[in-house]
Amino acid sequence: MTDRQLSVSALARVEGEGALRIAVAGQQVTAVELRIYEPPRFFEAFLRGRSYTEVSDITSRICGICPVAYQTSAWNAIEDLCGIDPGADIVALRRLLYCGEWISSHALHIYLLHAPDFLGLPDGIALASAHRDIMERGLRLKKAGNTILETVGGRAIHPVNPRLGGFHRAPTDAELKALEDPLRRALQDALETVRWVSTFDFPDVELEDELLAVHHPDHYAIESGQIATSRGLGFTARGFAEHVEEHQVPHSTALHATLDGARYLTGPLARYSINSSQLSPLARQAADEAGLGATCHNPYRSIVVRSVETVYAVEEALRLVGAYRRPGRPSVEVPAVAGTGHGVSEAPRGLLYHRYRLDPDGVIESATIIPPTSQNQAAIEADLRRTVSDHLHLDDAALTSLCERTIRNHDPCISCAAHFLDLTMERA
Amino acid sequence: MTGLPSLAVFKFASCDGCQLSLLDCEDELLTLAGQVQIAHFTEASSTVLPGPYDIALVEGSITTREDAERIRLVREQATTLVTIGACASAGGIQALRNSADIDEFRAVVYASPQYIDTLATSTPISDHVSVDLDLRGCPVDRTQLLETICALLVGRKPDLPDASVCTECKRRGLTCVTVAAATPCLGPVTHAGCGALCPAVDRGCYGCFGPMTGANVPAMAERLQAGGMRPRTVDLVLSSFNGTAFQTTVPVGRRGRP
Repeated sequence: MTDRQLSVSALARVEGEGALRIAVAGQQVTAVELRIYEPPRFFEAFLRGRSYTEVSDITSRICGICPVAYQTSAWNAIEDLCGIDPGADIVALRRLLYCGEWISSHALHIYLLHAPDFLGLPDGIALASAHRDIMERGLRLKKAGNTILETVGGRAIHPVNPRLGGFHRAPTDAELKALEDPLRRALQDALETVRWVSTFDFPDVELEDELLAVHHPDHYAIESGQIATSRGLGFTARGFAEHVEEHQVPHSTALHATLDGARYLTGPLARYSINSSQLSPLARQAADEAGLGATCHNPYRSIVVRSVETVYAVEEALRLVGAYRRPGRPSVEVPAVAGTGHGVSEAPRGLLYHRYRLDPDGVIESATIIPPTSQNQAAIEADLRRTVSDHLHLDDAALTSLCERTIRNHDPCISCAAHFLDLTMERA
Repeated sequence: MTGLPSLAVFKFASCDGCQLSLLDCEDELLTLAGQVQIAHFTEASSTVLPGPYDIALVEGSITTREDAERIRLVREQATTLVTIGACASAGGIQALRNSADIDEFRAVVYASPQYIDTLATSTPISDHVSVDLDLRGCPVDRTQLLETICALLVGRKPDLPDASVCTECKRRGLTCVTVAAATPCLGPVTHAGCGALCPAVDRGCYGCFGPMTGANVPAMAERLQAGGMRPRTVDLVLSSFNGTAFQTTVPVGRRGRP
């Protein structure tokens, strides 16, 4: 076979701007570059000199799809440094807000971005033309997530109500009670989503990367916890920088991260494989019926994992709404402390790490943000390399399309990672 | 070709939140999809149709030489170009670089800054091409987004009032957070459109829709300082999601003076 080059100049159905370049010489894949050309926005630089009370509103703007993740990791870092625990009521309300983001973001990825790949369709609109009832179910589910975000957060994208130390205003009991009916409907929709995606055709692929996720002793980790890996390593957010290192590659505005020097994977497969024993009985049953075991290493099946997690998040939201009593105070004071704080949470696409150094007045001296997609970039490239090696018999168009599917399995969020995709495939 | 008006969505430097607002129209999305041909919307579809486009929605600011060229190509192909959100309207939060040393910024984030191609400034779309309609907000309000698309489809002017957040706050019957609780609030100088979201949660407006036309920002700054805010904090409050738009707004009555 002659040398080949494949390229995709603008990857579709991913969040943000990326490209892919692959070069093949004979039977050897010589280059795989997930190029992230999304222009850098320099958040870590302009956060310096801003007040610690502004950080969650500013970092929210890194990503319109997972703003709550950015807000939460920021609070976790700063409240950890300042020695403040906002208390069980506020933490429960934050978890409810975050459930809203998981439901909305997962429904977006499942129905509008990922499912069309399994059905051979260009987009969710084509899916709606073929199966309007299915797309209506997906949009209803997405709306249920956004309704939580609007009720608790004041706005679905870049919520205005949450703040360092808690919330500006705690919702009334009646406001949260109004979420129960749409959430009960959403639970049925989420269970039907698991059944629907479990009928898709999943290629037989198993990734061998180490997995990393937030783990919480009491429940399936979302808004807080410590860090666990599939090799059994455990450390706190404070220990993250000792194990994970970011480095730059010439072809990307996203930095690549490694765990103790090796590539690894964060996101739904990691979360599920590390924490699946903590799923609710109903979510566990849905996972069993969909054919998921205790762990999942098949990136195509990530759509099933996201669907099971959606069942869990809806149930959890219902539980939190049922247990809610309006807290006496919506927030606690967080007096500034000089030093360095570290925070993690599970964004829909994986572990999101923040680190801030504050001066005694709470002015940011330095900021480091490590989003899921930059952690996953090396593993995505390795998955692409194996995919191309295994499918060199395909023509360029078919192989390119398979590469795009491989990328979408990982649901990269490029807006987050450009600090962070375009496919070029070269068969030399 | 379907014979329907074509809708295209283009992204520049941004968080994707404003184009996500279109997908967040859960109750209207499928109806809308029946009224337009979605010709270019990379985040949502693998289908890319060539221009020209009847409506182009543009998200994000211009921060690279390539993007400065790309926005010209978008303009050439668009009958009506609508900027959506604070990045496109005013340069966005990333315009905070405009008063900084960009080489130093690059070095803070990247170990090998020479690989990073970026301009020293983040600029609004209107600095580069003519804009037909501007939708404010960080992010835009999805009701305003739908109103704008619907108006363009039937050929009328969209209802986008250039008033202050205060007018929306009063209309909602909210208690003024400044009067009642001495909470600093940018509502008097901020462009309407959000429906007074922040005062509704007992928070002062933080200006994410940018300045209304003719806003008296100097008076606002004095009011904030009189309420006890330090000058440095006033500067921070007025420079966030809309770049320097608040500082460069000329108050009504001061225009045309020497």
